[in-house]
Amino acid sequence: MLPRYILKRLLGAIPTLLILVTIAFFLIRIAPGGPFDDDRNLPPDILANLEAKYNLDQPLGVQYLNYLGSVLRGDLGPSFQYSDFTVNELIAEGFPVSLRLGGSALLMALLFGVIIGTIAAWRQNSRLDYLLMGSAMTGIAIPNFVLAPILILFFAVYFGWLPAGGWGGGALRNMVLPVIALALPYMAYVARLTRGSMVETLRSDFVRTARAKGLPEWKILGKHSLKVALLPVVSYLGPAAAAIITGSVVIEQIFGLPGMGRYFVQGALNRDYTLVMGVVIVIGVLIVVFNLIVDIIYALIDPRIRYE
Amino acid sequence: MSTPASAMSNFDHAAAASGRSLWHLAWLRLKRNRAALTAAVVLAVIFLLVIFGPILSPHSFAHPYWEQISAPPSLETRHFFGTDSIGRDLFVRTLHGGRMSLMVGLVATGVALLIGVAWGAIAGFVGGRVDNIMMRVVDILYALPFMFLVILLMVVFGRNILLIFVAIGSYIWLDMARIVRGQTLSLRQKEFVEAAEALGVRAWVIIWRHIVPNLLGIVAVYVTLTVPKVILVESFLSFLGLGVQEPNTSWGALVNEGAQDMEFAPWGLFFPAAFLAATLFCLNFLGDGLRDALDPKDR
Repeated sequence: MLPRYILKRLLGAIPTLLILVTIAFFLIRIAPGGPFDDDRNLPPDILANLEAKYNLDQPLGVQYLNYLGSVLRGDLGPSFQYSDFTVNELIAEGFPVSLRLGGSALLMALLFGVIIGTIAAWRQNSRLDYLLMGSAMTGIAIPNFVLAPILILFFAVYFGWLPAGGWGGGALRNMVLPVIALALPYMAYVARLTRGSMVETLRSDFVRTARAKGLPEWKILGKHSLKVALLPVVSYLGPAAAAIITGSVVIEQIFGLPGMGRYFVQGALNRDYTLVMGVVIVIGVLIVVFNLIVDIIYALIDPRIRYE
Repeated sequence: MSTPASAMSNFDHAAAASGRSLWHLAWLRLKRNRAALTAAVVLAVIFLLVIFGPILSPHSFAHPYWEQISAPPSLETRHFFGTDSIGRDLFVRTLHGGRMSLMVGLVATGVALLIGVAWGAIAGFVGGRVDNIMMRVVDILYALPFMFLVILLMVVFGRNILLIFVAIGSYIWLDMARIVRGQTLSLRQKEFVEAAEALGVRAWVIIWRHIVPNLLGIVAVYVTLTVPKVILVESFLSFLGLGVQEPNTSWGALVNEGAQDMEFAPWGLFFPAAFLAATLFCLNFLGDGLRDALDPKDR
């Protein structure tokens, strides 16, 4: 059943991606200005030659179809701003950075969020619970673009423990602050979700049975309850991943990381049509694939769900 | 002897005194929730400050004092929060930015409310193929990386307040539509809707008179949780330099400016960040409190 379900979902993603590409394509094209505006004023002949070289002189509809065709062949076209590179090369360079940053943040948010939420639920209404949930609420209320400069101010400027920015070839020292800044709000959210569903689960009959059987507390919490209580957390993974991808745009900018996100805003401002489209497409595909994985995980751990 | 009319009014009176409506119960529960009440009070203070606060200061939000660049907070010069990198008063700017952030939050939530409730209620009430198509549209839009499209929109059409409202509102209604639809589906099965249908009441009257009022509880909760979301999105855009335009400002834009000078003028980051965080914190707390208070499972 599973392969058929995956195939169905992948087919279902086609309209989504098509709409995304279409909206993005026409949005950036109807923008005033073009990719060659920022340079010194080009003579009209040269401008016309440039536009002809990149096929920008054709009708918009033709360009759109051409673009769709080349995307389907896996070619995202040449970049206007970085004229020595293709968009594929630029993304191949930035994507691993963004993936490491976002992946680490998502893992951290999940791992610590679940642990904190479980402890809070286990000691429900104790002082520890209030402390943890109070901090979680604070974590949710502080956006990551506020948190990042504060972290830099303390850990890089005042204490001098960690670098204030830069990638350093992906060294751990350089990763710590960006990952924390990116992960913290979602970690707090995961903690709250986990606590909420854990509190409910701990009240259910099977937990009482397990306690009556004399199972050790860690087994009840970690093995029996968590499996049920994690369902809402798993379904939050999709939105969380999308939010982390979005958040990494600012985080990459604040910490000066060579990821994919920085291409996006810069590319849009410079009307680097193909680069912007490339990033949008990669992100769209990423989110679609991630949502699919989440749904499969969900179905695997929740026996009530059957693939249709 | 009482006339039928006075008997009626007596009856009304008795019913009002003895019956505890959902709202009455919710209010009682909310009053007992100290965290939510505190949040509401703090929010009220922030609102009042943002509206009336600038009167307390002799400075204007756009006037640069060239002789007091990046000055620390001081009561003497009445720069309560200090000044920014071109000498503008940060107290007034923070409150002024708050007006912008709160206004965007409220108006965009209003947009989301209108579209979301209408969409969800119609889809849930009509059901069948219409529901299928309408929710399919929501699903497709839901899967788009909307933030990126909003960024594109801002880049394309320039920084325009109205556009921020529309852009954010048109993205945030999706959640609302889903929640409202779910609620409507269950309301649809209720006897009073069936009764109204049997009496031949037209569909849109049923939606307006019977479905929408019963959605108010969940919508109220959702609104308090949406406003902070929108404020966050606007701040995010302003932080990237795509939001409001100088000399106007918002909390996100102020945080961005403050972060650039934080090494020697940390007050520029601290005050707007504190206002932003406090507002988001309180709105989330209030929303949670409302959700608990309106939860019918928890009487």
